[in-house]
Amino acid sequence: MLAHSLVFYLFSFITIASSIAVISARNTIHAVFFLILDFVSVSCLFIMMGAEFLGMLTLIVYVGAVAVLFLFVVMMLNVNYSDLKSGFLNYLPFGGLIGLVLIIEIGLMIGTWKYRDTFIKTSEIKINSNLSNTEAIGNVLYTEYLHYFQISGLILLVAMIGAILLTYRRKDNLKRQDITTQVSRERSESVQLEDVESFKGVKLND
Amino acid sequence: MINEYLNIIFLDSLKILSLVIPVLIAVAMIVWVDRRVWGLVQLRRGPNVVGPFGLLQTVADALKYIFKEIVIPAGSNKIIFILAPVVTMSLALLAWAVIPFGENIYVTNINVGILYLFAVSSLGVYGIIMAGWASNSKYPFLGALRSAAQMVSYEVSIGFVIVTVLLCVGSLNLIDIVIAQKKIWFAIPLFPMFVIFFISALAETNRPPFDLPEAEAELVAGYQTEYSGMMYALFWLGEYANILLMCAMGSVLFLGGWLPPIDKYPLNVLPPPIWLIIKIFLLFFAFALIKAIVPRYRYDQLMRLGWKVFLPISLVWVIIVSGFLVYFKMIPTN
Repeated sequence: MLAHSLVFYLFSFITIASSIAVISARNTIHAVFFLILDFVSVSCLFIMMGAEFLGMLTLIVYVGAVAVLFLFVVMMLNVNYSDLKSGFLNYLPFGGLIGLVLIIEIGLMIGTWKYRDTFIKTSEIKINSNLSNTEAIGNVLYTEYLHYFQISGLILLVAMIGAILLTYRRKDNLKRQDITTQVSRERSESVQLEDVESFKGVKLND
Repeated sequence: MINEYLNIIFLDSLKILSLVIPVLIAVAMIVWVDRRVWGLVQLRRGPNVVGPFGLLQTVADALKYIFKEIVIPAGSNKIIFILAPVVTMSLALLAWAVIPFGENIYVTNINVGILYLFAVSSLGVYGIIMAGWASNSKYPFLGALRSAAQMVSYEVSIGFVIVTVLLCVGSLNLIDIVIAQKKIWFAIPLFPMFVIFFISALAETNRPPFDLPEAEAELVAGYQTEYSGMMYALFWLGEYANILLMCAMGSVLFLGGWLPPIDKYPLNVLPPPIWLIIKIFLLFFAFALIKAIVPRYRYDQLMRLGWKVFLPISLVWVIIVSGFLVYFKMIPTN
């Protein structure tokens, strides 16, 4: 048990340290790599808490797909971080104001918020300890939380269509490749043998 | 207390070593098989000088790489440049932990084995993208971008292939997946998915005909252009370890893992690990033949194949298989 908790705190430390490194790294690429380290250690934490399904999904979705695309975009953007930092003092009052408002809101919530009596606390949800957590998630995700699941899918779909619509431009003079026409081309219609007489030249039908 | 921990650590390291060393030897041998098959298809002899039948060729190559100087380009990002081959090699070996060689022969047996395998193989792209960016040079960078896009696209269809298999098994555990194939290997009822998996595995491991990240006519050697000596060898061995892993994944998912074709007398004499090794070898042989036979794809055709052909087909197959299982009330429960 001791080793378990030691390793757990090690991963927690890596998680927090790398998330601090994400916002303080000078090089944007390094920041993305720290973000990846952060995701990996979060998934390790999930696994150590016994949520192996969530841990693996974090690894597959965030590290395997999302972070790769992040890295992709950041590598191509060529952001100069010192340029970004130069306006720090200009934005400080405004940013500080937003931060202050957020802190006050959190304070209000902690100080005065009361839960409704009917509110179910997470600790009261009955968990069947005989099921593996893949089955436990599967049992509720597509039954009790079906609507949330479908709505979140719909939101993603809308975001995707929006992104495609924003970047798609139809160009009329663009040559497109059609695999079937490329493959069905015959030799007789694309190659033409001609005997060229000297000083006469030849006219090819295009 | 401490003795107990030391014991566990010692036993586990022994277990891991007894897997990693055979895998590394297999990688060395498989490189030889690959070159030899390639040579024979092209009516050459292939490597046949070092050792009996040239078997020690890879060892000789590795020794040569060890004694070569490692050149780190001046403009490169040193830490990431050195980290990239290490990441590739260690990820390729990491995934072997969950491959079952028999009902009780494995390093670890986890509930979500197939997800672990999928996760680790999808992390493989980082080695390449890190190498490409850290080299600070045009060709490696272009190669890395190509390969990242390629691997992410083909992972999607591999994911759907895995989903269809899981629908037929009802468990994410690799041992359960193999045991579910006792009656019939999934390669027969799910044959189209097996084909899609095989082709996607070729693309996922950057093998010909999808070796565009290192297309030598356009990109010199792609992401590994700036690498030399042992760091290059690590990429090279990592790539082959990944290929073997994909073959192992294919045999566990579709060819019944360690099971013999029919559980009858002359076939079930061989111990289970041997059957898995035979299957891995046969799949690799197909990989090697394809390398020698098929010409390289054009990049846009590769993307078209991934997104416009494989993705719809595998998605429709997921729906067909799940519909079939629901209609005939064949959904596996445990």
